[in-house]
Amino acid sequence: MTAALAAAAAALVLTAWYLSWRAGRLDRLHARGDTARVALDAALSRRAAAARALAADLPAEPGRLLGSAAEGAARSSGTERELAESELSRVLRKAAAEPVPGGVPPAALAEVEAAAKRVLMARSFYNNVVAMTREARARRVVRVFRLAGRAPIPEFFEMDDEPPVFPPGRRKVDSR
Amino acid sequence: MRVGLVCPYAWDVPGGVQQHIGDLAEELLAAGHEVSVLAPCASEEGLPPHVVSAGGAVAVPYNGSVARLSFGPRAASRVRRWIRTGGFDVLHVHEPIAPSLAILACWAAEGPIAATFHTANTRSRAMAVSAGLLRTALEKVNGRIAVSEAARATLVGHLGGDAVLIPNGVAVRRYENSEPWPGWPGDGGVLGFLGRMDEPRKGLGVLLDAFNLLGRSRPGLRLLLAGPGEPAGVLARVDPDLRGRVLTTGRLSEADKVRAYRSVDVFCAPNLGGESFGMVLTEAMAAGAAVLASDIPAFQQVLGWGSAGALFRTGDPAALAHAAAELLDAPGRREALSRAARLAVGRYDWRLVAADVADVYETISPAGSGGVRVRADTGPRLPRAS
Repeated sequence: MTAALAAAAAALVLTAWYLSWRAGRLDRLHARGDTARVALDAALSRRAAAARALAADLPAEPGRLLGSAAEGAARSSGTERELAESELSRVLRKAAAEPVPGGVPPAALAEVEAAAKRVLMARSFYNNVVAMTREARARRVVRVFRLAGRAPIPEFFEMDDEPPVFPPGRRKVDSR
Repeated sequence: MRVGLVCPYAWDVPGGVQQHIGDLAEELLAAGHEVSVLAPCASEEGLPPHVVSAGGAVAVPYNGSVARLSFGPRAASRVRRWIRTGGFDVLHVHEPIAPSLAILACWAAEGPIAATFHTANTRSRAMAVSAGLLRTALEKVNGRIAVSEAARATLVGHLGGDAVLIPNGVAVRRYENSEPWPGWPGDGGVLGFLGRMDEPRKGLGVLLDAFNLLGRSRPGLRLLLAGPGEPAGVLARVDPDLRGRVLTTGRLSEADKVRAYRSVDVFCAPNLGGESFGMVLTEAMAAGAAVLASDIPAFQQVLGWGSAGALFRTGDPAALAHAAAELLDAPGRREALSRAARLAVGRYDWRLVAADVADVYETISPAGSGGVRVRADTGPRLPRAS
């Protein structure tokens, strides 16, 4: 009888330890998701600012298009933001493909290229954490014992993040 | 930035991952970062100052070959001590898919962690068996890097998610001023090969068959085979009349390897496939060799679809012989390929590649992230060694 009680108590302790461990893991995943989201937002803001700076160096019409796309991306939120950021990617690629008489300052191009690369990275990292979190939350033990608490389910950030490619001849002076 | 690099494989055994980490560490140091590398190592003697030994490694059969890894309570406690005393801003683990220091580091640490995946075509069973174990470690990784499309596809196929692509770098500055050995390549023409002789995937057999076809009509032509492996079995495949013109060197020192690429007229990479990236190819390009490679997808990409090196149909000795003959008879074309190769390899220069890796570090450790700490809470952890 006592043996059975001891075994039951041990099982209870083990289960409690296991559940608290799973809950801790999930909590840390959520925290990593928040950090990754901050990094993604920072990368997107940097790209919008770089695009706005580049727009000032372009001829009137393409400059206006790029400027308004950058403005739209910076101002949008929610699912609209995914569309606006994709639109900015598209306009940036178009700007990269069109020759500019007299060229463009290399620093502006380099900043747009670097910022676009960062967006690619930050989004990949963010979506990875989201995928792992969503997978973890779909597990039975997590659902039955409500280990996720009240944390909202993180959403993927979907957008066209194909970076622009500026041909070497597009620069005013070779940056090398 | 203070960076802690974790190498899963024994530092004193030559290998691609070890070289990658060594080169990355040097490039990060040159860029002004502080770097510490933790690796299994039999002895601390002769280690560079930035490499820390995690103790000896044991041989573990893994992915079709034998890997020398460290895993266990002793290694775990060394990892914890290294993290505690390191004060790192970022931890960068490599190949965290086998029970190794990399997995131990993921378990022990809390904070920004980057992980690089090197392997392509891992046997699914090796990964499936330890999938639950891997998950607990991979959950800790903030930024994933794959060195090639093949490595990325393997990762995605087995573990889901995605990774950013940052290719293997090549230490261009080590190769750009290489000189041929005195008297090489000489008049009759030399074809070169570098790699393990006893690994069928490297396609040496295709090159030997091609040499049999070419050697008879070109009395001065020689074949240089550089790399470890038993040459007797290789030579048996060569026409007895031509064997005297095949030179085998065994494993070359780093300095001689650099010169070997320059000492041949045409550098051949007849690989049959399974190659994730082609380090040999980018090294040869950096040294300014005229390259002739099989047209597997990884090589086509590195060689710019034929603009920075000639391609032939994979596994076809006659095609290799034909293309090699054309190059041997056209010094101008070889010169042009050499120049194009040096230009094209620029994007694999470690100086650029390491800057991309540093971008990953910055992305996963926004200001105020507090750096890497040893985990204080409970979890699956190996008992501490006393």
